[in-house]
Amino acid sequence: MKNKGLTKVDLIFESIDVRKVMNKAFEMTSDEIIEQILESGLKGRGGAGFPTGLKWKYTAAEKDPDKFIVCNADEGEPGTFKDREILDKVSSKVYAGMAIAGKAMGATKGFIYLRGEYRFLLPQLYVELHKFHKLINEIGYDFSIEYRMGSGAYICGEESALFESIEGFRGEPRNKPPYPTVSGLFAKPTSINNVETLVTAVMIIEKGPQEYVKLGTKDSRGSKVFSISGDTPIPGIFELELGMTVQEFVNEFGDGDTKAVQVGGASGFCVPRKKFGETIIGFEGVPTGGSMKLFNSSRSMYNVLHNYLEFFTEESCGQCTPCRVGCQQLLLGIEKVKKGDSKSTYLNELVKLADTMKVASKCGLGQSVGNAFKSIVENFREEIIY
Amino acid sequence: MYHIGNMVKELAEKYGRKRESLMPILQDIVKKYNYLTDDAMVAVATELDISAAEVYGTASFYTFLDTEERGKNIIRVCKTITCSMKGKNDIISTLEDILKIKVGETTPDKMFTLLETNCIGWCHKAPAILINDMPYTDLTPETVIDVVKGYMR
Repeated sequence: MKNKGLTKVDLIFESIDVRKVMNKAFEMTSDEIIEQILESGLKGRGGAGFPTGLKWKYTAAEKDPDKFIVCNADEGEPGTFKDREILDKVSSKVYAGMAIAGKAMGATKGFIYLRGEYRFLLPQLYVELHKFHKLINEIGYDFSIEYRMGSGAYICGEESALFESIEGFRGEPRNKPPYPTVSGLFAKPTSINNVETLVTAVMIIEKGPQEYVKLGTKDSRGSKVFSISGDTPIPGIFELELGMTVQEFVNEFGDGDTKAVQVGGASGFCVPRKKFGETIIGFEGVPTGGSMKLFNSSRSMYNVLHNYLEFFTEESCGQCTPCRVGCQQLLLGIEKVKKGDSKSTYLNELVKLADTMKVASKCGLGQSVGNAFKSIVENFREEIIY
Repeated sequence: MYHIGNMVKELAEKYGRKRESLMPILQDIVKKYNYLTDDAMVAVATELDISAAEVYGTASFYTFLDTEERGKNIIRVCKTITCSMKGKNDIISTLEDILKIKVGETTPDKMFTLLETNCIGWCHKAPAILINDMPYTDLTPETVIDVVKGYMR
């Protein structure tokens, strides 16, 4: 397969005239805004990758006069820290994205759910929000935004758990359907979008979708902000065009001894060295919310997996049995195999358990534990056993 | 024991008495008093006209809404993979040494509580900790001592 190579991009953090882009959007009809986002091929930047234009379209189609736009800033995936940087550097673009989304779907009220770990940012975010409210008032458009804080629960990044949390309940995911576009926050039609998605939408309106589709591949349009950490000489935040291979990524960011890259955080996939060349970073290969962790040959993949499973065991909301018990048993299971209390073939049983969790768990947390589990066990089996 | 009733009333005036007011109210109490006492949760329940079990049930779901006694300064050391790879254990043992407590404990003078926490989003500057709301990053056993000393007076 022909691939794009590694190209650095500067869209998300580019400074723009926020008033101008909002004016441009407010002169368009709702349908025109949605059409442009659909044309751009933008998929959600939080990791799940649902087409943003469709989300807005479905919410717009609902008849209820009360609708909400919610910005998901509960960035909790291990290895992800780009949303904090975006809010820190260009929060006015996040606010503008919410207003434009609001215009597209007929919502006049927005909420930003910010993880408790980022509370230190709030004073400065409020200063920017105040300026934004003043600006939108001058433009003469009816739209306002409020912050809601998380309190240290990874699961609240799941959209329906996030609604529960804003409504004052335990952050336990809801059954779907109904989907948020029909019945979301306070049972009203809601579009919930990641911080980066909203800023990307602003840039699509600013540059035009024709310009945006020049970046990326057919399945993964555009660029993406990556959070890069682990064994790399240059950890940090980089905006890159989608469509590169893991090999090209490692050539740029590796320390010369990279044996594995965990793409998409603890709920993502582990790519071993032998598959670097064939694996595309994007929706056609390994999808990611931006978390890229590099591991060199000094690291034990058993420790990596153990750390992830401890994380999930603690962060599972405990509501559904496959996830609550499954996470615990996977963790206990690899400990037993490591100690020699169970035969190495027990790993096969654990893989079956991970498969069961994928189909039987209620939400994305339990459904994705198997991603890291299986890709680490299958590629680094000997490190788990010995 | 503090007189929580007045504060809860003030917070209810500020945030309202709906169910959605619960989280902001609990968050503000924790901000001021570091944790939620039984009295505080009962006062909130009374004010919002919901059962105390509902308040406890919600609070106990969230890691940052502590229902056990905590010190004035809560140190949360990130234990997720990158921080773990980049020396989290050295940070923990340094903190245990200077504070003379173990993870999960509070100093006798109630000045510090030492906890571990899951990913706080500073993997590129690991190891990282939070003290109350403030993150401190790129730590070494030497620099973490300076950071904590800043909270000792």
